[in-house]
Amino acid sequence: VFPSSAFSFFCQTLLLRVFHEVEQAYAVWPMPQQMSQSTDRYPINPQLLAFSYARDSAAQSGCSVLDAAFERYFNLIFPDFVGLSNIWSEPKPFTVSVKVKNGECDGFPDEGSNESYNLSVSAGQAVLKAESVWGALRGLESFSQLVYQDDYNLYFVNKTEIEDFPRFQFRGLLLDTSRHYLPMPAILKTLDAMAYSKFNVFHWHIVDDPSFPYQSRNYPDLSSKGAFHPMTHIYTQSDVKRVIYHARLRGIRVVPEFDSPGHTQSWGKGQPDLLTSCYKGKVPSGTFGPVNPTLSSTYQFLNGLFKEVTSVFPDSYLHLGGDEVDFTCWRSNPNVQAFMAKMGFGSDYTKLESYYMENIVNITAALNKTSIVWQDVFDYRERIPMDTVLEIWKGVPADYRAELGRITLAGYRVLLSAPWYINHISYGQDWRNAYTVQPQNFSGTEQQKKLVIGGEVCMWGEYVDATNLTPRLWPRASAAAERLWSDEEKTSSVDKAFPRLEDFRCTLIRRGIQAEPLFVGHCKHEYSGL
Amino acid sequence: MFLTETKRFHFLLLLIILHSEVEQAYAVWPMPQQMSQSTDRYPINPQLLAFSYARDSAAQSGCSVLDAAFERYFNLIFPDFVGGTGLSNIWSEPKPFTVSVKVKNGECDGFPDEGSNESYNLSVSAGQAVLKAESVWGALRGLESFSQLVYQDDYNLYFVNKTEIEDFPRFQFRGLLLDTSRHYLPMPAILKTLDAMAYSKFNVFHWHIVDDPSFPYQSRNYPDLSSKGAFHPMTHIYTQSDVKRVIYHARLRGIRVVPEFDSPGHTQSWGKGQPDLLTSCYKGKVPSGTFGPVNPTLSSTYQFLNGLFKEVTSVFPDSYLHLGGDEVDFTCWRSNPNVQAFMAKMGFGSDYTKLESYYMENIVNITAALNKTSIVWQDVFDYRERIPMDTVLEIWKGVPADYRAELGRITLAGYRVLLSAPWYINHISYGQDWRNAYTVQPQNFSGTEQQKKLVIGGEVCMWGEYVDATNLTPRLWPRASAAAERLWSDEEKTSSVDKAFPRLEDFRCTLIRRGIQAEPLFVGHCKHEYSGL
Repeated sequence: VFPSSAFSFFCQTLLLRVFHEVEQAYAVWPMPQQMSQSTDRYPINPQLLAFSYARDSAAQSGCSVLDAAFERYFNLIFPDFVGLSNIWSEPKPFTVSVKVKNGECDGFPDEGSNESYNLSVSAGQAVLKAESVWGALRGLESFSQLVYQDDYNLYFVNKTEIEDFPRFQFRGLLLDTSRHYLPMPAILKTLDAMAYSKFNVFHWHIVDDPSFPYQSRNYPDLSSKGAFHPMTHIYTQSDVKRVIYHARLRGIRVVPEFDSPGHTQSWGKGQPDLLTSCYKGKVPSGTFGPVNPTLSSTYQFLNGLFKEVTSVFPDSYLHLGGDEVDFTCWRSNPNVQAFMAKMGFGSDYTKLESYYMENIVNITAALNKTSIVWQDVFDYRERIPMDTVLEIWKGVPADYRAELGRITLAGYRVLLSAPWYINHISYGQDWRNAYTVQPQNFSGTEQQKKLVIGGEVCMWGEYVDATNLTPRLWPRASAAAERLWSDEEKTSSVDKAFPRLEDFRCTLIRRGIQAEPLFVGHCKHEYSGL
Repeated sequence: MFLTETKRFHFLLLLIILHSEVEQAYAVWPMPQQMSQSTDRYPINPQLLAFSYARDSAAQSGCSVLDAAFERYFNLIFPDFVGGTGLSNIWSEPKPFTVSVKVKNGECDGFPDEGSNESYNLSVSAGQAVLKAESVWGALRGLESFSQLVYQDDYNLYFVNKTEIEDFPRFQFRGLLLDTSRHYLPMPAILKTLDAMAYSKFNVFHWHIVDDPSFPYQSRNYPDLSSKGAFHPMTHIYTQSDVKRVIYHARLRGIRVVPEFDSPGHTQSWGKGQPDLLTSCYKGKVPSGTFGPVNPTLSSTYQFLNGLFKEVTSVFPDSYLHLGGDEVDFTCWRSNPNVQAFMAKMGFGSDYTKLESYYMENIVNITAALNKTSIVWQDVFDYRERIPMDTVLEIWKGVPADYRAELGRITLAGYRVLLSAPWYINHISYGQDWRNAYTVQPQNFSGTEQQKKLVIGGEVCMWGEYVDATNLTPRLWPRASAAAERLWSDEEKTSSVDKAFPRLEDFRCTLIRRGIQAEPLFVGHCKHEYSGL
């Protein structure tokens, strides 16, 4: 009985389909630079979909990044595929053919990586061409978002042409693992979701005042005494390797931040004499301030730590922090006072901060790494190498625009994060604020505008841990992701973005990312709440 | 070799334990009315813990509510217990521990309701805890408190301190509202919320089941309401068996389920499956194609509502039914010539609040005829409608000055009242906004002692504009728990929000340990973090 009734249902279905022209926007988030689509659609049968390397591709089977991506994207494209094909599926093969010019598959994505790609979808095939494997990853992501299911759960893709490349080379997301420890699954899942929005830098604010979870090879006391718990609340070397590995396969750089001289309370627990002893009158008060910049032991330690860190993290960038240094403790300490006198700094403690930052930027430079520092370091007029990247985190639009002008006028490259402190929440659709940022809208020459290399979404951890990280990040961070990837003129309407972002949020949920709603409504497949 | 090594290690541990006096606060959230503890502590071995009915208890083995609670609380108390024989912690002392429960009223198969007695006494001493309660509902509250008293030391051994608790709720109605219309909440999200409610001793689930955006309740008598009014007729509905499951799950946790069928406003989704129910709006002399509130002029409206409420009150056993009555926009009524004619006929002039009153009085009477008590939003009182004196008014508007004045007015008129205005917990802001929920004073308004007693409780409302199953749990917990303590505990003993802070932090870690994705209050950590999986 079943086959014949199923068959009659099949016929009905066919009739319905013929008379029911599906008109949907099969959008890609973030919006590609150039994209044209027609209503011609091609069926895709999961059992007959094959990813393959083009004959003239420099990368071929065995390319670690792409082999893994093919497997990953198969599951992302067919979330309900269990090995049994839908009996209504048409028995036509569909091939995704990938060609890259540069066959390098075992390296790490870095600042020079080319993420551009071209994608052409026609009957029975998608042709994806990219300079590098990193661009091919972006193209596979776009392709995965083009495939959709109709009401009968059959898969289709429309005829599509995409020419795409990122507006900014640096599209970062910061996680803070010091104020709350984030277990490994939370970090790895965030990397997954980052790739879906084409983020390419994981800024790992790994340590700060509250805890030091990085387990150092050379200074194990830092985490054994400075972490929330020496065994359960740390990142071992193998954890860190796993994060870097997971990120690499998704074309994501991992830039660690070891913020100093402030934000270092937890460092002091495992590294005696590193922090400045604060004084009350003529005696030590028992509390500690920023790193002590007057001792040579400080720089020996930092040299050792950074040497280790730069060997563990392959990226060419290292974030040195340098923000929010409170001078009260330095002022109170007689040894620091004596050092100030000896150096001729007078009572200008910004000169002491500059002295410190210049020293550690030089340590980093000697290790062949580029430093990123927070804007404070520029504001103190420190002498830092011209390849240093400044990151703006302060103020309202008028403030950060002025700072963009000042920093780029001085010839430094700059990252914008001030408008993307996404840990700050408010009631309603605050993704709109993240979306309408204009990173290059400031007074300056074309040359200056080019010094804006990108931006970062920051998820500081005062009120965030693995319980609320994902819904707070997604899809709000995706709004910033489109600003950082897409053409600003083509994405100037926040209202036009709304339905696309709603669809994308449902895609995230379908992929297991607990992304929160933008407003009243529903997804075909809801997050179960389990 | 393994055994001898572990034995040697065992001795070392004993020495360490002897020399390290553990001094911790084993708090209960919400804070019991009376509680005294000593530092004397008793070990509990999971394999030797037994729940039992006291010989003189009116309820005995076979009591559905308590049998299920014993099983549930065993797992809550020992979250890492994996059963079997060889897997007990080898350091555990082989001493039995008995939790003996005695209830005076042996009724186990009913539903918690407004008259339910939730008081209990708990006495923990060497080898035993004695829990006494009037009813099984009070015993459930006592088991919750006991489960929070048990703790693990650094070697994962379980202990409980000598403790005496005398406890009862400050307010009889401690509710939590979920909105399943603006977003559909899948069943697991609702059931998990009920679990977490029990941990904070909430006792009413206010199910705002339908509203403008969707009608997910699958009616037996009016199936078109959900087949046409839900977001999806198959996947985004609550079937009769789903509803039964919610009520069953809630009952076992001593939680009432009060459904809300909000009308005459907030009913756009009803109109899709029930033609002619909504008022047709006019543009000039012709229907505009849009619809407004329920049409209060037609007798068919009241026939339908009588049928729907008859069904609903038979499906939901609680003695209360929430009828809504908030935020009625008169624009559409004004535009409709038939409504205008009805106004003239009734002598309402151009005062549309009289029409709203007429409607609400009719449906409150329908509810009364079904032997149910109505809850309505404060708007119904503000319109000076003639409603039965047993109607409960729920305050949802304004800043403290507003809701205090309204508390005064409503209780002066002799009505019972619920406070939810300060607990619109869907409203979020950056920082520790749980402090606002905690410092509410529901009885701080101008009025007599008699008036104060008419405040029967309050509700935490999680409206669904920006909330679905993805963010429900971290937005609710532990912020709702702050309100829960205000509704259960003595106000004077819980007047310091700063003293509450470390206790609520601990409780948040307890919630996480129990699988509730409760968000942090501030920088810090839990021994067992939520994994993020």
